[in-house]
Parts: sequence; C-alpha cells; structure tokens
Amino acid sequence: MATKVFMEALSPTMEEGRLVKWHKREGEVVKAGETLAEVETDKAIMDLVARADGVLRQVAVTEGQTVPVGNVVAVIAAPGENVDTSPAVAPVVSGSGGGRREALKDSPTVAGGGIARSAPTPVVAAPAAEAGRLRASPLAKRIAKEAGVDLQLVTGSGPGGRVVKRDLESAAGRAPAPASVPTALAPSPATGRESFRVSRLPSPERAEGAYQDVPLTQIRKTIAKRLATSLGPIPHFFLTTEVDMERAAEARDALNRQLGDRGKVSFNDVIVKATALALTKHRACNAWFQDDHIRYWNEVHIGMAVAVEDGLITPVIRHADLKALLEIGGEARDLAEKARNRRLQPSEYTGATFSVSNLGMFEIDQFTAVINPPEAGIIAVGSIAPKPVVWDGQVVPRRRMRITMSCDHRVIDGATGAAFLKTLKEMLENPLAMLL
Amino acid sequence: MPTLTYRDALNQALREEMQRDGNVFLMGEEVGVYQGAYKVSRGLLEEFGPMRVVDTPIAELGFAGIGVGAAMAGLRPVIEFMTWNFAVLALDQIVNSAAKILYESGGQLPIPIVFRGPNGAALQLGAQHSQAWESWLSHIPGLKVVAPATPADAKGLLKAAIRDDNPVIVLEGEMLYNTKGEVPEGEYVVPIGQADVKRTGQDVTLICHSKTVSVALKAAEQLAEEGVSAEVVDLRSLRPLDEATITGSVAKTNRAVVVEEGWPHCGIGAQVVDVIQREAFDHLDAPVLRVTQADVPMPYNKQLERLAKPSPEKVVAAARRVLYLD
Repeated sequence: MATKVFMEALSPTMEEGRLVKWHKREGEVVKAGETLAEVETDKAIMDLVARADGVLRQVAVTEGQTVPVGNVVAVIAAPGENVDTSPAVAPVVSGSGGGRREALKDSPTVAGGGIARSAPTPVVAAPAAEAGRLRASPLAKRIAKEAGVDLQLVTGSGPGGRVVKRDLESAAGRAPAPASVPTALAPSPATGRESFRVSRLPSPERAEGAYQDVPLTQIRKTIAKRLATSLGPIPHFFLTTEVDMERAAEARDALNRQLGDRGKVSFNDVIVKATALALTKHRACNAWFQDDHIRYWNEVHIGMAVAVEDGLITPVIRHADLKALLEIGGEARDLAEKARNRRLQPSEYTGATFSVSNLGMFEIDQFTAVINPPEAGIIAVGSIAPKPVVWDGQVVPRRRMRITMSCDHRVIDGATGAAFLKTLKEMLENPLAMLL
Repeated sequence: MPTLTYRDALNQALREEMQRDGNVFLMGEEVGVYQGAYKVSRGLLEEFGPMRVVDTPIAELGFAGIGVGAAMAGLRPVIEFMTWNFAVLALDQIVNSAAKILYESGGQLPIPIVFRGPNGAALQLGAQHSQAWESWLSHIPGLKVVAPATPADAKGLLKAAIRDDNPVIVLEGEMLYNTKGEVPEGEYVVPIGQADVKRTGQDVTLICHSKTVSVALKAAEQLAEEGVSAEVVDLRSLRPLDEATITGSVAKTNRAVVVEEGWPHCGIGAQVVDVIQREAFDHLDAPVLRVTQADVPMPYNKQLERLAKPSPEKVVAAARRVLYLD
C-alpha cells in the first residue's frame, strides 16, 4: 500500500513548511528513515524523512514551495504499484514567495510508464482532509491533558510524527508557548558582531520603486506571533541596577591568563553562571506562568538570545547553575553556531526557565527585554564601560554594567524581583560570592 | 528449598495428590509399566497399583471419554496425553463432553478432570508434532488452561488443577521436562488465574508463558545491556487470564510485547492485546507488538525451524520498536 508523505510538524510551533530541497527524486527508491527533503520550519531547516520503504512518487511540492503541515507532499509506493490517483489532500501553495508559478510549472509528473492518474491539482488551496490530524499515543494524550500541554505544539518523534511520551518529557511540560522568543537581537557572545547580519533586508541603494514588499520568512512569522503574545498580554515591569564589574573583570582576566590557550571565559559566561546561581537562591523568579498555576522550577535552564540571519532564537543552556564557566562557554558557542546554521533541534531551544539577552557588544547602555513566555523573567544586559563613580569618597573610573530585569507581574512582585537582582549584583561585584 | 527438574516436580505433585485423595488416578499411554513417555509417572504404578495408574491402548478419544465418565461418577482423573498433538483426536471428549456437562446438566455434574501433556514444538518433530494448542483450548468456555514455565509452577499448578472441580488443561513442554528449579516441599499450590512477574522492569513489559518465558528472560537480559529495563510477566494461566497483572504492568511501562509459541492468527497474544487496549488504553505509548511462531506449519529443517520459532533476538527487536529505538 502506498504511504503518503506529509509535511510534518518538525518544530513545536510549525504550521507550514517551505520545501528547501528534495534529496530524493521522483521514481527513486527510498528506505524508511532516509532523508527525503529539507524543510524550512519556523525555526530551522530540518530533515523530512521517509516513513516507509518504496519508490518516491507523486512529488507534489516543488523546491521553494510552502505548504501547511499535514499536506501530502509525495507518496511512497511499492515498485510498480498502481498509486491511488485521487490524493486526499491537494497540496496547498501558500501565498508567500513565487511558489505558485513554480508549482504550476512543476506539477507532478508520472513516474515510469503505465501508471494511470488523473490530473492532480497542486495549486488549489483545498482544505486538507488530513491536515491537522494529530497523531499521538493514548498515553501522550493523557499526559498532555493532565499537564495542560497543547499537543499541536509538540513535535512527534514516533512513526508518522506520532507524539509519544518521550516528546512530552523532552518538552518538560512546556506550556502553551514552548518556543523561544527572545527579545532583543543579540549576536552570540562567543562570536561577536561579525556574525550579526540582516542580509535578507533589501538594500535601499538597489531597490526600485517607493517600497519593496518582502514576504515574512517562517522565523519572522513566529517571532511576530510570539512577541505579540508577550508584551501585550503579560503585565511587564522593569527593574534596573548598575553593577560594578571591576572585580568580575579582574577575575576574568586572571582566569584567562591561567587558562592560556586552553579556553577563554567571556563576560557572558560569567553573567549566565551568576544568573543561574542567583536563581537557585530565588526560586520565585525561576518559574513559568501557566493558565491556572505557577510552575516553580527546581532546575535552572537559561535561555540565551542569539541573533541569526533574519531573526533570533534562544537556545538553552541546561542546568547552567551546575556547569563550570568553560562548559557554559563551550555550550554557548556550539548552540550559537547551530543556531546560525539553523540546525538547532527543538530540544535545544525549548524548556528554558529564565532568559538572558545581552546587547553589550553593541555598546547599548541599557535596554528592556521582552519576556519569553511562559518564563516569568528575563534580564537585559548592557555594555561594560568605564564610568566616573564615587568610590571610597573619591570620584574614580570604574567599569560598570547595567542590567534590566523584565518581570511578569503575575509571577514576580517588585520586591521579589529586586531581591533576585540584588543577589545577582552581589555575585557579579564579588565573584567569590558565587561560591557561597 | 530442593532443586528439582520440571518432570520430578510434576511427579511430586501427582504423588502427593494421589496420597492425599484416593479418588485421584492417572490414566494414559505408557504411564504405568513404562513410567511415562517422559518419566513423569516414575514410581507411581509401584506405589499406587494398576487400579490408580492405568495404561491405555493408543486410543485418545476412548480414554479421554473414560476419564470424563469417571469424573461424572465422582472420581478425579488425570489424563496424560503423550503429546497434545495426539490429544486432537480426543477433542470431542474435551470440548463437547468435559467442557459442557456441568452446563448441560444444569450444574448437577461437575467434571473434576485434568488433561495434561507436553505442548508446542520440541526439536525437529515435524509439522504434525510441533504444534502449540493453547489458543484452541483457551477458546472454550468450561475449560481452564494453565501453562507452567518453571518446576515450582508446574508443581503448584498441577496440584491446583487436580483440586479444581472443573476440567483443567495443563500444558507442559518436552523441552521443559529437564529444566531445573527450586520447588517448595509439600503443600504448595499456585492458584489458577494468577500471572507471575518473573523479572521486574520499568520500560517495557514482555508477556509470555510456558517455554517463551525463558525466551523473554533472555531478551530482557540483552535489553538490559542496552540500558532498557524489561519486565517479564509469565501468564501461567491462559484461562482465566490475570488481566490485573497484565494491565498493572503495562500501566507502569506503557509498552508491551506479547510472546507465544503459537501461530499469530487468533493467538493467545491477540487476546492479551485485547485486554491491554481495553483496560490500559490511556497508558499505551506505542502499539503492542507480538512475537509468535511464523505463520506456517513448523518446518522440519533444523535451521528453518529455528527461524520459525520465537527467539530472544525477535523479542529484543520488537521491544526496541515499541520503545521507538529503531
């Protein structure tokens, strides 16, 4: 029997996917588990894999075309099998990009001889009969119901995209909004500003006409949608403190001298570590707001805003409180690299309990970050710069840094947030305090 | 606790029950002078005499019928078949008489009879003599069916079968008779209808009975090397089925593989899967898979026979699939 190849939900929030590249051609033999195509989700470029052995047939989606999750993009048939000619789902071409014309031009062709088929209509946006059909094990459904998780937002790792128990465990009870929405664009601290590009924007010099419409990419659509669920509905308030970074800088210099070429500790690593440790002392800030309850996390997973081409994403440094500075730095580098190559797996950018956004390298003195729900807080880190301050009755230059914390007032009250920020400030001003 | 072979555990159960109750007698081909084709009745003729250890002609339907009649008259016969492959000839007495007389007599005539003998394949006995009959027998209302896997269960379940007022089928195994295990002395009765967890685990439940218990235990060891903790549930009784133990285990592990010697179609595993999907639906994280004999008459060729039987490798492969490891 022929197996339909669906556009699968390859990220928790994916609603449609752009077929970037077919790895297999019509008529080619495929085995279950082999990569059929690369698909751009709202987060990353993921592999669409074959769920059955057979021959790839009825390739209904051309490269560059965007179709909703659940649509049939091809069929895997037995060699010589007479494939059902009336596909249940007509592939839908999204309005974005130039896929429509390509789809017409490249409408599926018959593979091999003697296979009768009526003309498929890949262009018409017929409602997908099987679109939205959710595959989840009975157990997964029960767990999701009890935990209040929307299964539509979970990527299934089972056969045919079936959501199974482990998918919910890896999502760790992720609330309605599992994806990452950071706030400020920040280049990965490890890479510096060279990597920060916004290359998809049209350049004004070459543009013709008064304006140019650029279709939203998948990632930008998600950013737009997710940010609008944050600053609007979530009652934010902001707390700012200025931190003296003299001793942190000295400690970092000393560490890096000692490390030599064995590695390098960045300020960001120190800030992530201190934030994680401060959270262990202020559980009230390490929490998720859920519809009818607040989940106070015993584990600390720090989301780290990373700028990627045309967007941003917050990969997660898990158990940051338990990790050494070099481990944090190494992970941050790896995750940022994956993020830029759009190779982050959903498990690598979901499940943060608190986030850090750092624009220090852009010489931003101070900014406010938008909370990444369901997290209840985020800190925005400004640049470290020498300033005249009164120190022991004298005006002296000292390296200072401003941190602004955004709090979800439904979870964190002013004094609660301030107490956390005070601990964080103390740790940064006296790095030995992290050992306490 | 003494270590006995499975055959000696059965022998002990027979001897103790015959000593305990003068109405219990053994009848079948070669059970007396020859002391049983598999020596299960060793020493019984000497101890109890030819009135209670009765050698019969090669006429399964006949001596099964005599047994049913004796049970109607108040005795407690134990009918030994040299193999369940021969008992097919006696199915009319088992299915139409033994299983139905209590019902058809309006509850006046209980049939306290035991039909026992080796079941399933041994080695290279060919298609006609290598069959597992438990799904046939378990299908019949009015019969109870037990399939002990260990010497202790063999003793305890045979004693329970002899004491039961209903016809009870005891499925033994030629390949089991020589296996050894600790067997409690004296009064040791395993209630019919209770499964036994032979190994506890967290990740997947392997449900088995009779010879496939050792297959599942070997598979569990291999899975443990891969870091998978498998629970092995030995059904022991196939009718009635211990639904609570099956369901409880699957509720814990969320996944199950059912292993049996019989063919897949309408097998014992199909019944177990029915229980699981009905009673543990919300606990399932994967479809339940089955490992059975290949759906063909048993090949005589040694290598083909090996390939046709359930094996630890097949169980491991099925477990990996329900765990989504492949």
